[in-house]
Amino acid sequence: MTDTTGFYDLVVNGERRQVRDSWVGESLLYVLRERLGLMGSKGACEQGECGSCTVLLDDEAVCSCLVLGASAVGSDVVTIEGLAPHGAPTDVQLAFVEHGAVQCGFCTPGLVVAVHHLLERNPDPSAIETREALSGNICRCTGYGRIFAAVETVVALRKGAGK
Amino acid sequence: MAGSILGNRVIRKEDPKFLTTGGEYVDDLLGEPLLAGAAHVTYVRSTVAHGRIIGIDASDALSAPGVIAVYTAADLELQAMPATFNPGAKRTLLASDKVRFVGEPVAAVVTETREQGEDAAEMVVVDYDMLPVLVDMEEAMTSSTIIFEECGSNVVFDSTALGMPDNTGDALFEGCEVVVKGRFINQRVAPCPLEVRGSAVAWVDGRLYQWLSTQHAQGAKDGIMATLGLSADQLRVITPDVGGGFGAKIGVYPEESLLGMMSKKLGRPLRWRETRSESMLGMGHGRGQIQYVTIGGNRDGKVLAYQMHVLQDCGAWVDMGTILAPFMTRPMSSAVYAFPKVECRTTSIVTNTTPTTAYRGAGRPEATAAAERAMDMFALEIGKDPADVRRMNLIPKFLDKHTTVIGQTYDVGDYETALDKVLAAADYKSLRAEQAKRRASGDVKQLGVGVSIYVEITGGVPPMGETAKIEVQENGRAIVYTGTSPHGQGHATSWSMIASEQTGIPMDMIDLVWGDTDLVPVGGGTMGSRSLQQGGAAVNLASIELVDQAKKLAARLLEANEADIELDRDRGVFHVSGTPAIAKSWADLATAAKGDGGLSQESRFTAEGASFPFGAHVAVVEVDTETGKVRHLRHVALDDAGRVLNPLLLEGQIHGGVAQGTAQALLEEVRYDSDGNPITSNLADYAFISAAELPSFEVVHMETPTYLNPLGAKGIGESGTIGSTPAVQSAVVDAVSHLGVKHIDMPATSERVWAAIMSAKS
Repeated sequence: MTDTTGFYDLVVNGERRQVRDSWVGESLLYVLRERLGLMGSKGACEQGECGSCTVLLDDEAVCSCLVLGASAVGSDVVTIEGLAPHGAPTDVQLAFVEHGAVQCGFCTPGLVVAVHHLLERNPDPSAIETREALSGNICRCTGYGRIFAAVETVVALRKGAGK
Repeated sequence: MAGSILGNRVIRKEDPKFLTTGGEYVDDLLGEPLLAGAAHVTYVRSTVAHGRIIGIDASDALSAPGVIAVYTAADLELQAMPATFNPGAKRTLLASDKVRFVGEPVAAVVTETREQGEDAAEMVVVDYDMLPVLVDMEEAMTSSTIIFEECGSNVVFDSTALGMPDNTGDALFEGCEVVVKGRFINQRVAPCPLEVRGSAVAWVDGRLYQWLSTQHAQGAKDGIMATLGLSADQLRVITPDVGGGFGAKIGVYPEESLLGMMSKKLGRPLRWRETRSESMLGMGHGRGQIQYVTIGGNRDGKVLAYQMHVLQDCGAWVDMGTILAPFMTRPMSSAVYAFPKVECRTTSIVTNTTPTTAYRGAGRPEATAAAERAMDMFALEIGKDPADVRRMNLIPKFLDKHTTVIGQTYDVGDYETALDKVLAAADYKSLRAEQAKRRASGDVKQLGVGVSIYVEITGGVPPMGETAKIEVQENGRAIVYTGTSPHGQGHATSWSMIASEQTGIPMDMIDLVWGDTDLVPVGGGTMGSRSLQQGGAAVNLASIELVDQAKKLAARLLEANEADIELDRDRGVFHVSGTPAIAKSWADLATAAKGDGGLSQESRFTAEGASFPFGAHVAVVEVDTETGKVRHLRHVALDDAGRVLNPLLLEGQIHGGVAQGTAQALLEEVRYDSDGNPITSNLADYAFISAAELPSFEVVHMETPTYLNPLGAKGIGESGTIGSTPAVQSAVVDAVSHLGVKHIDMPATSERVWAAIMSAKS
């Protein structure tokens, strides 16, 4: 019988973390939550349809439910917990508060990661580009309106800061 | 003196946690010591829609890795329990004799890890004798196959059995110049909170602790106590953060009630969290009505009579969905109109589908959709503008009680102003001009404009009151205990605003406690848009009475008359009138009261009745007449919720409601094949609305306060859902009505719209 026990290290939020005695079939989402105790990434569908588990894998936004934990070895993983490592909230987090873009909060971590990812790739997205980029992160509470407003605010702030 | 904080755009206190480390939902409680070593529960679910259980073989599952136990109804000695709304319907919480829908729990597997549970559940073999399957309500009404045999019929609830008058048929329309009939499907949809159902249990010194993702811990406690035969002091329900509910987490489900029983047998804490695919089958569905509607009147636009027969799909249990038609849809069948004659009968029918329950709006969206579709069809028939025809028939403005023809008493209403404002904001005349231009030129892309006006019931579920307690600690911080149960609504912010306004204690010095039945034994939870008008009003009352209590104490400490004591709200201190320098802070008073029962006030606010928020929406869509594709271009929403406490939270509720209402009009539908197999049971197959499909929302402001509570507040949680659906549906029909299309059922998918155009052409 093939040994499917995993012993590996992951770099999560800049820290090397040990994963021991896991089954190698475990998703990155499962490893982050159940093995490493990082509960910020949420599972709402576990088939890549909802985006609640979005994390950055080498700066790319991925659904962590669709990535094997063991396949993230050698990559840089950033979760919601790692976006503001020094305690100061990011401009995206602040804009979400300012615009009331959070309601029940379940989709929020994934959305915040997705917005960071969008604005890193495209600092000045059009309305349609924002909608397209966030269409993989579904939210039942907000109707997305306040989230778009938060994105617009961050875009304007970053433009101002770059002058 | 600074101005009042009430009515200001105050940002949410709740947010930082959700944005940085994420909320702590029931599946995130790994750090809870009482749950250390918890095993996992996975339910074996019926794979057939209707069948007799011949046998359950768990022997393979029992020898699978990590399996601790497998339980059936027989193992747990479950007794058949009658349904609240029709005692003839009985079931065991794990199916024993029959299964009645795909997804019904049949057995429970307890394993060391969740993944082992998924594998082992697949290995439990259930043998079924298949029975004829009833998916369609109208077929079920006349079928000789009876889903709950003791009921004697699949019709399990009828408004006439409650003594409500039956419809009189076509006689109601004598004397009408024009009579229009319609059959409208208000389709079944899935509530789909992002957090699925979940719970965890542990027995501690003979008491059951149950963590539950719920909208109403106190109600869940009653349900679980009844199932497990526990007394009130043997059960504590604790609500962690809840990732949305939308009505589907009001009641307690079998999967949740059974956990305590299994945990006791095993002597081990248990965790259960369903998958999304299970959630789509096991969590209650919403809507599910067929409406037979007749409207009659004169060619000048005056409606003389309106009649509706509602068929309500209960699914395979006589649950909350059953009674929404008679108690929520029927009372609202007069809608915003002064129709001289209105009749409404409702008939609730069981089918072999997931049981229905409350879903955002819960019976009122259905009433509004029927009335608004009927008005559009009537206007189309007489060739008049649908906004004009509505205006002719509105109940005139009233600021005191108004009882409608169907017999429902509303509090306040000013429907014509709402209509005027929303039409002006949308620039309705220009929209009609643009539409006429496109029609004249035969443009492939036609413009559609939909108008809806609605009124709904909020805070209408008895008892129409709520309890709040406010307690000041020696460090000057206050704790507010509320019987409401926020899961996205922002009560920590709102209740802090109200308490701060009355006491002068800063908002960031006020904490909120909810959803823990040891700390808040009495509460009505959050549902039916009741929270601010009852829970907020209770916090307001408790805060006022706390100030009175504090003044008495301050008078004693300052050796002055109570009447001379003033509260300086800016500083949060009490002093004798004229001598502000010598003052007692809240911390001083709480310290002084320590040996004397503390500084704490519990109060109950009871409302005289429900409130009736109203509004008007305009939707603008573009329909590609060659493909049937609908684009929702604009949505203008006016939702009058009375006096606004916090516009930021108000807009959030409106936006979310409009999105869900639009989703029903254009995209979402729970579907089954004829064998009762669900074909929309995950988020890939179910058309959950995304960021790409919604227009920008334009919110129009209007405030008509109610006199039913001192805050002047009516509910806002569901309004957006109620106003938006018919506006969007009407807009789609309107875009192609010149081609001969009179009605398109929801969801107005490209396929349906295209088929309607083709059918009108031929």
